[in-house]
Amino acid sequence: MQSTSDEVLIGRIANGDRLAMQVLYARHHVRVFRFVVRLVRDEATAEDLISEVFLDVWRQAGRFEGRSAVSTWMLAIARFKALSALRRRPDQELDEETAGAIEDPSDDPAAVLEKKDKSAMLRKCLTGLSAEHREIIDLVYYHEKSVEEVAEIVGIPENTVKTRMFYARKRLAELVKAAGIDRGWP
Amino acid sequence: MNAINKEPERHEIEALLPWHAAGTLSRRDADRVEQALAGDRELARRYDLVREELAETIHLNETLGAPSARAMEKLFAAIDAEEARSPRRQRSFDLAGRISEFLSSLTPRALAWSATAAAVAILLQAAVIAAIVVKEGAPSGPSLASAPSEGSFAVVRFAPQATANDITNFLGAYKATVVEGPLNMGGQLYRIRLSETKLPKDEVGKIVRQMQEESKIVGFIAAKE
Repeated sequence: MQSTSDEVLIGRIANGDRLAMQVLYARHHVRVFRFVVRLVRDEATAEDLISEVFLDVWRQAGRFEGRSAVSTWMLAIARFKALSALRRRPDQELDEETAGAIEDPSDDPAAVLEKKDKSAMLRKCLTGLSAEHREIIDLVYYHEKSVEEVAEIVGIPENTVKTRMFYARKRLAELVKAAGIDRGWP
Repeated sequence: MNAINKEPERHEIEALLPWHAAGTLSRRDADRVEQALAGDRELARRYDLVREELAETIHLNETLGAPSARAMEKLFAAIDAEEARSPRRQRSFDLAGRISEFLSSLTPRALAWSATAAAVAILLQAAVIAAIVVKEGAPSGPSLASAPSEGSFAVVRFAPQATANDITNFLGAYKATVVEGPLNMGGQLYRIRLSETKLPKDEVGKIVRQMQEESKIVGFIAAKE
């Protein structure tokens, strides 16, 4: 049995259908939450924000034009909410400082063991990227967004999307290398 | 195997590797990447690195858990509060929706939209005429409890495209007033008074025929005793 498309659900939501809203929420809330929590790094804040994101979906469903996927539209709303929340607490948005604040694993005895687990180290370094780099890597790898969709969500040209992704990966490789694992690139 | 000789082209292909790994490239670009990977070992090695990153990014995100039920409760509490404050959208849609559903059950689906549009036009026109009646000082809106019985009358159905201005000007030109209606459930027929005094039957017939010629405003008209 084919499930109702997101676009159909949005049409129903635009008409005030609460059940359609529940279906859309059930379908997307986990991914939207994860996208937001990776940006704001705080689960309570992320929970508050996803309520706001879906409330915006409820309010704006009538204006959804269907030029992009519903999930792309929602991630764009989520991103805007997350960045606004970060701007309200600038002391907690560390971006480059966050990356720089990663402990040097070579000084950490526990991390020496961790070096043996390249996968775990990669994940650790993924959390140490700047918000800008975390965001693009998540959108491409986890949320499966195309170049065009990332451009729409982030609000940058498509060529910039490719360049930013390249530099995010390069930065990741540098962090991994600094942690003692040379992947031979770049 | 032949490595890509042109560095800019290789760089362009390399930039697409993350999307190729995620399966989000167009068929054309995916074919280009596949061809390049087949002929370039170094690029293929870098593609393996991309696939590692992809796998660990998914792994990392999957460990992030999910929001508690609190988020959903908060959302629907906010929606309830908003609907309680301004329920207009829900109500207005429900009306149109019910009309549409009703007509869809009676007519082929292809006709549902035009039928709905016509029904909505009638409702809008009813509202327009109601406004005219109120403006003209009728005592209780379009459905008068005690319609006047003195004078000469006709029953009219206004054309769907007639605007409020058209109807006002039309009634003014003939010194007529809407005194009752809508008379049927479809909301299409109105009783209008042509004169406050009882006119001869021929005179009424003449006025009705003249009115009938105003086809942009009058859809149907007949003298009524």
